[in-house]
Amino acid sequence: MDPRLVTAVIVVLGVPSVLIGYIWLTERFLGLLGQRARPRLRPWLWLAPALAFLVVFLVYPSIGSLIRSFQNAAGTKFIGLDNYAWFFNDDASLVALKNSLIWLVVLTTLTVGLGLLIAVLVDRVRYETVAKSVIFVPLAISMVAASVIWTFMYDYQVPPNPQVGTLNAALGSVGIAPIAWVQISDFSLNSILLVIVMAWMWTGFCMVILSAALKGINPELLEAARVDGATEGQVFRRITLPLMAPTIAVVTTTMVITALKAFDVVYVMTSGHFDTQVVAFQLIQELYNFGNPGRASAIGIVLLLAIIPVMAFNVRRFRAQEAIR
Amino acid sequence: MIEQTRSVRTRAASAIAVLAIISAACSGSATPTPAASMAPSAPASAGASMAASPSAAASAATGSLAGQSVTVIGTWGGTEQDAFMAMVKPWEDQTGATVKYTGTRDLNTVLTTGVASGVLPDLAGLPGPGQMNEWASSLVDLSTVLDVNTYKSETAAPLVDLGTVNGKMVGVFIKTSIKGLIWYDPKVLDLSASAPTTWDALQTVIANNKSKAAAPWCLGVESGAASGWPGTDWIEDFVLRQAGPDVYNQWWQGKIKWSDPAIKTAFQSFGQIVAQSYGGATAVNATNFANAGDPLFKTPPGCLFLHQASFITGLGQFPKETSGTDYNFFPFPDINTQFTGAVEGAGDLFGMFHNTPAAASLMAYLVTAPAQDIWVKLGGAISANKNATDYPDEISKRSADLLANAKVFVFDASDLMPTEMNNEFWADIVKYVQHPDQLDALLADLDKTQADAYAAQ
Repeated sequence: MDPRLVTAVIVVLGVPSVLIGYIWLTERFLGLLGQRARPRLRPWLWLAPALAFLVVFLVYPSIGSLIRSFQNAAGTKFIGLDNYAWFFNDDASLVALKNSLIWLVVLTTLTVGLGLLIAVLVDRVRYETVAKSVIFVPLAISMVAASVIWTFMYDYQVPPNPQVGTLNAALGSVGIAPIAWVQISDFSLNSILLVIVMAWMWTGFCMVILSAALKGINPELLEAARVDGATEGQVFRRITLPLMAPTIAVVTTTMVITALKAFDVVYVMTSGHFDTQVVAFQLIQELYNFGNPGRASAIGIVLLLAIIPVMAFNVRRFRAQEAIR
Repeated sequence: MIEQTRSVRTRAASAIAVLAIISAACSGSATPTPAASMAPSAPASAGASMAASPSAAASAATGSLAGQSVTVIGTWGGTEQDAFMAMVKPWEDQTGATVKYTGTRDLNTVLTTGVASGVLPDLAGLPGPGQMNEWASSLVDLSTVLDVNTYKSETAAPLVDLGTVNGKMVGVFIKTSIKGLIWYDPKVLDLSASAPTTWDALQTVIANNKSKAAAPWCLGVESGAASGWPGTDWIEDFVLRQAGPDVYNQWWQGKIKWSDPAIKTAFQSFGQIVAQSYGGATAVNATNFANAGDPLFKTPPGCLFLHQASFITGLGQFPKETSGTDYNFFPFPDINTQFTGAVEGAGDLFGMFHNTPAAASLMAYLVTAPAQDIWVKLGGAISANKNATDYPDEISKRSADLLANAKVFVFDASDLMPTEMNNEFWADIVKYVQHPDQLDALLADLDKTQADAYAAQ
């Protein structure tokens, strides 16, 4: 038998049985303990595998990256903040920072805004399931495939040749000369065009979750407001929106993180040319192309620091919610 | 009420968690897949399958290799991969060993990770001399593997030198190409008897035949992450023929600045080509290098000339056309006659990470003339081995002769630069094509990268 098949079988059967075995063993062990120790120990033992994974795959690499970010390319010498100084003085990095900011703002606004709008609108029609499915489907497409699809959308051919790109073909049908979309960096148009690709994929995700939150609102509450004379706008602003706020916060956080991680779309569609590079793209280049893990780590830490306020906001929100309960 | 909000949040959170896991699994699997098949091949039980191939047992001096396998990673896919597999087939038949080839477009990433982690293929294509230097300590010294005297006698000396780092032979050129050939369609403009030998003569030819095509030049620099490289070849050809091989070598060695007049002049000359190219600057940046020459064969023709390396005959429209009647080439003309006879070439380096008997046997076989003959016969490749002469047509034979008879041979300068410098060079070609007015700022940027990239070496 193919060794890969054997590995696959071992993984599919082995991983769940190890987990179940672990829980079974923990329970056997807890059974030996007294009534008092049991409730105190159980949560930790149940959490232990997850914590172990977190430490090995998240905490340890983060600390490693932090240390590495203060070292030179070969990792032989500590050079203080040089890598950070380089990052904030490099022209390409500054463009990347600006673009990442564009990604963050435009992608989050587009996906959460459109997601909310669609969730609220489809809630009132009969063909809701169909509409939601259609909008959700792009999320199932891989990032690279989606980028290739949109490459055809923005494609440009030298004028006498027929325009095979959707946008330029449409322009051509009304007699407008074709435009090389991804080359236009004025007002960061090309970056925004790339963000649209990502938004096309992720709007469905935001919509599904926001729609679920919308369904969770007790209809009696809305009814009561209407009976009291509130207009539809008031019901939405004063009742629906505040009740959805925690979900909107979670979705927004996810999109902010998605925007900062963006790499695939840029890599496939422009390879960072025409001033479309983003911070994650610079990281990959430093690490794999230029062999400078020090600088790559510094960029990674900058990204991490950029995400921390968003996470902190979320944790505080979460705590406030818990307090209400 | 609050309970409901909570359940929604829990659902949302679990949805996010599931997604995170899925995306982690997806992104995670991207690298390990080649890595998994890359694990050093364990020495198989030699005795078991020995009887199966008596010829191998008889011929292999190192003992039977039957049943063993060699893992190879390279950038070749499609027809190039088929050509490579055809080349190793006789070796497989003879030894009974198998070659496990993995093609990847992301060779640099796979090998960078491999060098750091130790999970490496037995043999690998190397992205370029710059990267090879950085990995020299992980690579096997090939002088213990190859028949060094035969290899040196069959291979051009500059190519042997390029594969040697501090006296250790770590890379061999498994395939080469001649850069800076100028391609044309003889049906449009027949220059086979009267090819221009000087740049001025070429300008005259262009001036006299303006009406025959939409533009004098075809040019396309799009090439994914490496976009811009066809432009670097242009600049290199100008530097080599305007300022000479000495300046050329100092340039890639980082000893003269980009803002130096010699380099600036080369950029400006390239700028004139862009201005005279089919479709203009926008088309140059939007057109993939492989298809850049297609307008040569259109009716009416889009351009008179395409400047590209010898391997273009395997790409774009070229394979569909007939060599000699539909396309032909002449070497890049002289600009300053003082530097006549300089030729620029490039090639695919091959190195060895694990010295197993099977890998050593394959490596030694690959550089031999019989193996190289299989490769060149399929077209599109020029061998570094002078004794490989089985070229399919006149065009390939002429390219090979150019390499063999070059008075001065220089290697592709951008490939010799540190990767960071090379990347910036590529990227700045794209920028220069788009914004020719910003040349001074671009050269200043290149100077800045030069100071940074060479200091790190």
